[in-house]
Amino acid sequence: MSSRLARLLVPALLPLILILAWWYASAGGSSIFFPPLSQILERFQELWLFALVPEHVVPSLQSILWGLGISIVLGVGLGVLLGLNGYVATAVNPVLQFLRYLPAVALLPLAIQLIGIGQEMRVTIIVLGALWPILLNTIDGVRGISPGLVDVARSNRLRPFDWIFRVVIPSASPQIFAGIRASLAVSVILMFASELLGASRGIGYFILEAQRQFSLPEMWSGMILLGIIGYALNVVLMAIEYFALAWHRKARI
Amino acid sequence: MQATKTPVLEAVNISKSYGEKQVLADVSFSAEEGEFVCIVGPSGTGKTTLLRTLSALGTANSGEVRVNGTAITRPPAEVSVVFQDYSRSLMPWMRVGKNIELPLRRYKLSPAERATRVTEALRDVGLEHAKDLYPWEMSGGMQQRAAIARSLAYRPQVLIMDEPFASVDAQTRADLEDLMLDIRARLGVTIVLVTHDIEEAVYLGDKVIVLSGRPASVSATVDVPLGRTRDQISTKSRPDYLELRAKIHAMIMQSPSSVSG
Repeated sequence: MSSRLARLLVPALLPLILILAWWYASAGGSSIFFPPLSQILERFQELWLFALVPEHVVPSLQSILWGLGISIVLGVGLGVLLGLNGYVATAVNPVLQFLRYLPAVALLPLAIQLIGIGQEMRVTIIVLGALWPILLNTIDGVRGISPGLVDVARSNRLRPFDWIFRVVIPSASPQIFAGIRASLAVSVILMFASELLGASRGIGYFILEAQRQFSLPEMWSGMILLGIIGYALNVVLMAIEYFALAWHRKARI
Repeated sequence: MQATKTPVLEAVNISKSYGEKQVLADVSFSAEEGEFVCIVGPSGTGKTTLLRTLSALGTANSGEVRVNGTAITRPPAEVSVVFQDYSRSLMPWMRVGKNIELPLRRYKLSPAERATRVTEALRDVGLEHAKDLYPWEMSGGMQQRAAIARSLAYRPQVLIMDEPFASVDAQTRADLEDLMLDIRARLGVTIVLVTHDIEEAVYLGDKVIVLSGRPASVSATVDVPLGRTRDQISTKSRPDYLELRAKIHAMIMQSPSSVSG
């Protein structure tokens, strides 16, 4: 019991210390760039619980969920196809690696030019960045499938559908999830960046606007919100992974 | 002993090379319906290569494998394989029942029929209670039973087994050996079991195919006239059992493969 309590408390300790430090360091401060934390939190409560949620949070979350969702479908789909065809995967690998390291933000100006500044553009940019970790991890996972399972599948004459959806994808799922986690981080960054450049709603837009209007407590509250959203999305993903990969965790003990 | 009947499984002059290295040379044998055939040979004689050819997971350079008289080129529905490495042959993300059901999905069976098949297969191997367990929640012996159940569920005529009991303890091994005798007796399935264990081959087989030499060929086909009912203690103390065991042992020892290591 005490060890479980400790496991909950220890990770919470440092954040608490940092928040307290911030609170006291900023309390009497006169710098307009670093307003007191109390003021930021006050503003946070006014704005984000939940007055501006529909206007700025919902579009941002939509962009991430669409972008990540499309990336997962495309990444896993293409990854399985490429992973099962070793030569093709080897052939396209250099191109994939190039695209992977080409920062998707670099495509923003082009995307705005081509697609405009609507949500489609932001989703497109997120997909262009978030696709690669999922795709490359899926290829890896699929290629790493145990030869024993390939034999089992062939000798049992599994249908291609069952082979892919009940053997190949589950077998690669630990790597696929690792890819999705990396892609989530990329998605949050790209959501933010695309809203800075081409949006009239969303958290990125809000933060930029607050800065332009010199409403620094508002700006800070937006930054905190962004951190909380990223953290929460990661917690959700970890929870899904925890259940989906229970077999993987337990099979190794 | 019905020479006129078409064998269920027949290997005809199978030769196989990996590059320069020939592994199998003109291997021929056959298995009649309901027969328990053991292929015995020292490690490294190409037993696994032979098994892969028999199940059409691998191809031979020459010769052919016939199932009910027809040459096969891809894994046939009549043949099922039980692999040595049970821990990598069951899907760890599926419960045992789902593992057994997986190959059944290609057949047009109603969900109820499918469930019945799974239950029956589990009963055949004595795992009635294990349907909802994950493979990694079970012992090695249970996992191998589950793999056998998966093979039985789609009712093959021939069960090909590759050193299936090589990585379980002695007691479990004896239990699984008796399970296979029992399954053959009850279901009439033909079993071809590959092993390096002479004792196991004589105890289980109606016929023992002795594989030796490099490249490996069939050096003898030994009938085992011990009757179909066997017992771990009484059969293994019969003089004719001991004699056969010694005879096959001598054959393998004499073969050049054990000299060259």
